[in-house]
Amino acid sequence: MTTETHTPGSPALTRTGRAARAGRGAPPQPPRRRFAGDGIWPWLFLAPLVGGISVFYFWPILQTAFYSLTDWGAFGGWDFAGFENYVALFADPALYLSFGNTLLYTGIVMLGIPIAVFLASLLNLPGLRFASLYRVLFFLPYVAMPTAVAMVWRIIFNGDFGLLNYGLGFLGIDGPYWISTPGAATVAVAIVGLWSSLGFAMIVLAAGLKSIPPEMYEASELDGATRWRQFRSITVPLLTPSIFFISIVTIISSFQVFDLLYAILGSSNPVLPKSMSLVYFFYREGFVNNDKGYAAAIAMVIFVIIGIVTAIQFRLQKRWVQVD
Amino acid sequence: MTSSTPSARRLTAGVAAAMGLMLAVSGCSSDAGTSDSGEYGAPDKDLKASITYGLWDKNQVSAIEENIDAFNELYPNIEVNVNVTPYSEYWTKLQTQGSSKTLPDVFWMNGPNIGLYASNGLLEPIAGAVDAGDIELSNYPESLVDLYNVGDEQYGVPKDFDTIGVWTNKALFEQAGVELPSEDWTWDDFQTAATEISTALAGEGIYGAAGGMDGQTTYYNTIFQAGGSVIDGDTSGYASEGSQAGIQFWSDLIASGGSPSIQQLTDTTADQWFTSGKLAMYWGGSWFRSALTDLPFAGDITALPLPAGEEQATVIHGVSNVVSADSKNKQAAQAFQVFLASEEAQQQQGDAGAMIPAFTGTQDAFTQSMPDANLQIFLDAVEYSKPLPVSNNSAVWNALETELLPQAFSGERPTAEVTAELAEQMDAALAEE
Repeated sequence: MTTETHTPGSPALTRTGRAARAGRGAPPQPPRRRFAGDGIWPWLFLAPLVGGISVFYFWPILQTAFYSLTDWGAFGGWDFAGFENYVALFADPALYLSFGNTLLYTGIVMLGIPIAVFLASLLNLPGLRFASLYRVLFFLPYVAMPTAVAMVWRIIFNGDFGLLNYGLGFLGIDGPYWISTPGAATVAVAIVGLWSSLGFAMIVLAAGLKSIPPEMYEASELDGATRWRQFRSITVPLLTPSIFFISIVTIISSFQVFDLLYAILGSSNPVLPKSMSLVYFFYREGFVNNDKGYAAAIAMVIFVIIGIVTAIQFRLQKRWVQVD
Repeated sequence: MTSSTPSARRLTAGVAAAMGLMLAVSGCSSDAGTSDSGEYGAPDKDLKASITYGLWDKNQVSAIEENIDAFNELYPNIEVNVNVTPYSEYWTKLQTQGSSKTLPDVFWMNGPNIGLYASNGLLEPIAGAVDAGDIELSNYPESLVDLYNVGDEQYGVPKDFDTIGVWTNKALFEQAGVELPSEDWTWDDFQTAATEISTALAGEGIYGAAGGMDGQTTYYNTIFQAGGSVIDGDTSGYASEGSQAGIQFWSDLIASGGSPSIQQLTDTTADQWFTSGKLAMYWGGSWFRSALTDLPFAGDITALPLPAGEEQATVIHGVSNVVSADSKNKQAAQAFQVFLASEEAQQQQGDAGAMIPAFTGTQDAFTQSMPDANLQIFLDAVEYSKPLPVSNNSAVWNALETELLPQAFSGERPTAEVTAELAEQMDAALAEE
């Protein structure tokens, strides 16, 4: 079992990643040192990627940071406004409301991770018939268009004629108007978010499961371990690097939820202002209210929040991600 | 376990990609000034040009192709490229194009947006064509002509119009044993009919009428009928007594059980209730006709004028063709704009039956499209119609209406309290325009 985990920004790793991978199976080689004689070559190889990222990611980030300090006209043209947008933003209750909703959404979608771990290991049971069929079924929601998914779920959630409340009716439960009750609306969208992210998590986890050596299971079986014990003591600990990756990606994408929310709730839904996410708030200010400077400030706040949350996760990983 | 290193890489790229997407809101800064207003003049017959025509309704494209063919008989060398963008993306796209000065040469404009585009100098006024006698403003409904007049400049004339009426399912009236109202009915008649039908057919989940979730088809009309206003100069009209009465009308309708609740209407919209045969009376625009043709109970549908309050009123709205101030082929674009406003072009549009053309006297084809449904009421309504209330940045206070008014409709808060708050917030938004 060779698990390589690293701390981000560790210079040794970025240089030696390729060498390390190539050397797998062969006796480990000492990391190659960079020589002055390498000259321009490494940079030439990096140029396409660095160029693309600079033009399409870093430059827009810098622009957004700058524009967050300006006041925009509806069709371009700006005046420098200093920190006016930020002052107004931090006094705006909509920011805290949408942040709270985003946290609730993220929290619910994160519940999908343990579910995915459990389902992925079920699918990995030896001798399971139709395993690839199940994998396709679970992965389908991930590749389906969010708007199409949202339209179907909108019908399922319909308070009077929806499938969900119809089903709950058999259990004697009088279901709420899911998408038109504040609170319930966020939960409803998060359920769809959880459902559609499950497939991706399971694919990543399945790859992780494949790399757990079967000998470990055989050995534990000889020692009398039950399936459940194996799951807890072998599968989950050895999956922690994959779980860590999934949790980072899930949190980032949950903080950016927009399309599902917009399409399921509908733009004329009266509960939308109470149930909006951070990115919907950004969209509303930038593209409905035509206040692009303010929207840029919201985007910067989202950027910083995601940055902080991700940094915290990387710090905490040392406590629970299995490295050996 | 082998996935950590590559996955960490993917992660870094993922973070960058995600944030990039989120932040891909860049734009070019440009000064929005009025460009030189080129002299208007009908172009030479052999002017060679290629122009784009931006619009959102693909149902109208075949009629527009006919327009273009007729236009090309006059100007054989002007090529018109039709560019259809679905309504949901139309305005976002147009705003981006406006920011980069790449608007289509000729494009559809509506009431809520005309102020934004005209006041930022993106549109070419039609004064030249009017002075030359190529467009006669008196040929179109006056309130709609006024809608496209911003700061004393006329930017377009309507290509079509729509008014509001009550679409009625006669079969449900019969089933409930309620008499079909007459054309000169009042608010009380409407409320009574709605409650009676809802009560009689409650077992089948059928309602008499549906509450107001949309200004243009519902509460703007009742506000006007009660003598109120939505926007008055550059302040909100919601604090006025008439406006409160116009809002209260819908709160009463829901409170009496005459309408499904606001939540029910959010989950299933009023037009869906009607087309599923579960709603007897639906306040809707004349454009709703095209949704009715294929219904199994199309024969049971008839249109009634809106019930009158203190006075009779309906909202009128219509799309206009406008020319971009930055058009490279302004002469050709204006020639096309003038042609689309002509009686010939609008008659072609009307015959296609997708909407009511605006040119007086071209509307017969619409009323004949459902001969038994009394569609004439939509044309008669022009007489007492009031233009859709708009301002330079209507979207901002439209969002406030959607957020606040349902609290009054549902009875969650008293109407006076909600309208006062709405008026206050709307005034603040209008002050920023």
